[in-house]
Amino acid sequence: MAAPRDGTLSWFLALTLGVSLIKFLLIKAYHSTDFEVHRNWLAITHSLPVSKWYFEETSEWTLDYPPFFAWFEYGLSHIAKYFDEEMLVVQNLTYASPATILFQRLSVIFTDLVFVYAVKECCKCVQGGKRPRDILGSPSFVLAVLLLWNFGLLIVDHIHFQYNGFLFGVFLLSVARHFQGRHLEGAFLFAVLLNLKHIYLYIAPAYGIYLLRSFCLIQDNSDGSLKWRNFSFIRLAALGIIVCSVFALSFGPFLALDQLPQVLSRLFPFKRGLCHAYWAPNFWALYNAADKALSVLGIKLKLLDVAKLPKASMTGGLVQEFQHSVLPSVSPLITLICTLISVSPALFSIWHRPCGARGFLRCCVICALGSFLFGWHVHEKAILMAILPLSILAVESKDDAGVFLILATTGHLSLFPLLFTTPEFPIKILLMLLFTLYSFTSLKRLFRHGVAAGRGQGSSPAGDSEQEFGVVRLHGLVHSHDPQRYEP
Amino acid sequence: METWAVASICVLLGLTARWTVSLNSYSGASKAPMFGDYEAQRHWQEVTFNLPVRQWYFNTTDNDLKYWGLDYPPLTAFHSLLCAHIANLINPDWIELHKSRGYESPAHKFFMRATVIFADVLIYIPAVVVYCLYLAQGSSKTKSSALLCILLYPGLILIDNGHFQYNSVSLGLALWGVLGLGCGHDLLGSLAFTLALSYKQMELYHALPFFWYLLGKCGKLGLTGKGLILLVKISLTVLVSFALCWLPFLFDPQQTLQVIHRLFPMARGLFEDKVANVWCSLNILVKIKTLLSVDTQIYLSFGTTLLAVLPSSIKLLMKPTFWQFRLALMNSSLAFFLFSFQVHEKSILLAALPACLLLNELPLMSVWFLHTSTFSMLPLLLKDNLFQPYIITSLGFIVFSLYLFSAVDRSSVDDLRLGPCCRLTGTNFLWFSFSTVVKLQFALSVLTMAGLSFMSAALEPPAKLPDLFPVLVSACACVHFLGFLLYFNLVQLTESPRSDKKKIN
Repeated sequence: MAAPRDGTLSWFLALTLGVSLIKFLLIKAYHSTDFEVHRNWLAITHSLPVSKWYFEETSEWTLDYPPFFAWFEYGLSHIAKYFDEEMLVVQNLTYASPATILFQRLSVIFTDLVFVYAVKECCKCVQGGKRPRDILGSPSFVLAVLLLWNFGLLIVDHIHFQYNGFLFGVFLLSVARHFQGRHLEGAFLFAVLLNLKHIYLYIAPAYGIYLLRSFCLIQDNSDGSLKWRNFSFIRLAALGIIVCSVFALSFGPFLALDQLPQVLSRLFPFKRGLCHAYWAPNFWALYNAADKALSVLGIKLKLLDVAKLPKASMTGGLVQEFQHSVLPSVSPLITLICTLISVSPALFSIWHRPCGARGFLRCCVICALGSFLFGWHVHEKAILMAILPLSILAVESKDDAGVFLILATTGHLSLFPLLFTTPEFPIKILLMLLFTLYSFTSLKRLFRHGVAAGRGQGSSPAGDSEQEFGVVRLHGLVHSHDPQRYEP
Repeated sequence: METWAVASICVLLGLTARWTVSLNSYSGASKAPMFGDYEAQRHWQEVTFNLPVRQWYFNTTDNDLKYWGLDYPPLTAFHSLLCAHIANLINPDWIELHKSRGYESPAHKFFMRATVIFADVLIYIPAVVVYCLYLAQGSSKTKSSALLCILLYPGLILIDNGHFQYNSVSLGLALWGVLGLGCGHDLLGSLAFTLALSYKQMELYHALPFFWYLLGKCGKLGLTGKGLILLVKISLTVLVSFALCWLPFLFDPQQTLQVIHRLFPMARGLFEDKVANVWCSLNILVKIKTLLSVDTQIYLSFGTTLLAVLPSSIKLLMKPTFWQFRLALMNSSLAFFLFSFQVHEKSILLAALPACLLLNELPLMSVWFLHTSTFSMLPLLLKDNLFQPYIITSLGFIVFSLYLFSAVDRSSVDDLRLGPCCRLTGTNFLWFSFSTVVKLQFALSVLTMAGLSFMSAALEPPAKLPDLFPVLVSACACVHFLGFLLYFNLVQLTESPRSDKKKIN
């Protein structure tokens, strides 16, 4: 039962136009060093041959995204030359003429069209409750606003400057394809996504387990357990071919040039330290804070010798490796283990008791959260990877809506330090208020009568305790599982 | 969703539009030695803070009137003084006497922009919210749509938050005056309007409708009984409020005269620069500015303005209803804009306010007028490097207002309230073709304005006609305004003199 189609186009277009106009108005706003990063990559991919892309070091902002993104920048650079050719010169560091700013901002706004298309597809997948009298109360409309007008995406992409809209568009499109049962397309899109920005490795386990369990295993026993006889090697082969050919297309040229180690070292720079310059609000931030507190306490109580403590400070705002003073130091391997431990309950759950596409999406959210909390060198922008997919679940289930409200509000607040300039301060407050007010009132209204198709009438038996554990759930320590089963 | 939530979202969207436009440049940015309106406002803070009241409007060694001398009534001066006190707490360099001329810094810009938004939030936006939710007619959807569209009106946003001015204060106060009268609180309404007049003398454009409406109302109540008492009360309120606002300047007749002299600079001629009114457009063909003496110009404009507002005023006096009042505000301000003396292009905002109040009943024509009013200020916006926000806000306004009100579909004779006019004159439009003609005209008009906008921004004018584009823009807008004057007068004048049961009050 799809959302009402009558007049779908007009309100969707209105929402898209409205948010796009705000994006246009933000062209003159502050932009961060990420602007220079992307200008540099435009220059590198345009002016230099492919063999030099991952070796170029004139600027400190070296290319550290996978090859597809480099090709994306290459494509953009061909349009850039009509705006201002000077931006494509590698030596023009921090070049930011008005034409450059205009071009870069416009490129983000126009690549957001991928995101718009993906949102439209997701809205089609969302099940409405009893047919609402007005469009404004339907889950599709609410979802469209929560995604298109997402505060985090707006300020990270259109003020701070990044291309997350485009990337999340590919991700959400992949999710929508899984909802629609077009699993091969979904897998293909995810493979492309991994080669655009490898941070999506955070949720690769969810994809892997889900596809293996729900796509390759065609049918289960009547009691829900595995029926290995129904394992479809054809489907597995199809998936394998798709994924391998995408990766081959991406890394092939660099394999041929014998540059794979260099590319990988650029993609996974473990020398950057446990935490980013701005600490992401994750577990290691608490760990660092505890370490700092304990060391201060230790000095005061004369248990520690000041001279023996490491001199460098983690709060210095620099990106480099540090040693902890009191608590044991953390290595990338430890963070990986912690992450895997935190997401394994969810992964086991969709293996043993698959709940269709919705269960898979929930697992994605948990993987994203787990990786955010325990990952190595996490940026606070990564919280968007949990917030955006959760929006889809939030419009269908009251419990998910509750968690979404907490996660989105705190996640968005944690993005505030990204915009520290005075003129943008009122704008971020206003946009935050707008999104928070809308999300609270619309989700409350959606579930006022406690009816939403799919997630069951009223709360599940675990529902109430889940409300209490909602906050704990944020830390990915307790995953939610639905006792009811869905058909994919 | 609950009304308060929808209204809050509309207000937040309006504020977002204002702050994002604030990121752009302002009038006279980096343009030494005279700069622009932004520097004028800063200079008034400097003057009012550092000099005694008796020197504010006079030419002294410390106060050079040729450099942005005060030419607004006392309330503006007091507002500047208040801002100056706050500025002094943050950074006294901003208002240091003489030394702070042409002061520009990002922090100062943020402060100045903040004062405009603060005034908006305090005065204008609450008035709009109260009007839309309590006085406007229609379903809750129509009310919310009106709220959003009024708050997104580009003209006011671009001038106040872009070019830099405080029109939202005077327009907000005038709107509170309208609200007072609409709710039956005549004294409070009169007080609010008096404050508006004491903030900007251009509010005189709205004065006649206020006067005739109140007089007519008193007349209906009986000029010998209740009406007379009301009249006396209103007059006292107005006189006392004026006295309080102008108090420091009433002790010395020289002071009062000097202030009036600064407020009404008769020596400056019929018009300045390019403005979309009749005299400037006439000047293209007949150089009246040079042909006639200043005195003749004054009499000519005075006479034509009076003639233009006469029909509307009489009708309002005869039938003082809220609907007539709003129409009269529209007609009066538009007539003054077109025919008055020393009109600036920003004065079109005085006609835009009543147009906003007519959105619910006459969506298509109001939106058309508001769009044209923004377009008429294009030459000014181009000078201030505000072309980008102009395009975006205009596009947003016209698309959303037409969409939310389904305005283009509501273009029949009845929708345009021209039914009585047709019946009176005996014209019998073929019902289907009237609507089509209107839609075609609207489309053509919008396309022409868009075309002229892009040409003004992108093309260089020929060397022999350096002012080609501003002149074309002003002339085009003037033609539109004359058409609107005719239309709104027809709607007001042909309304049946009897009070209909079904009509809105």
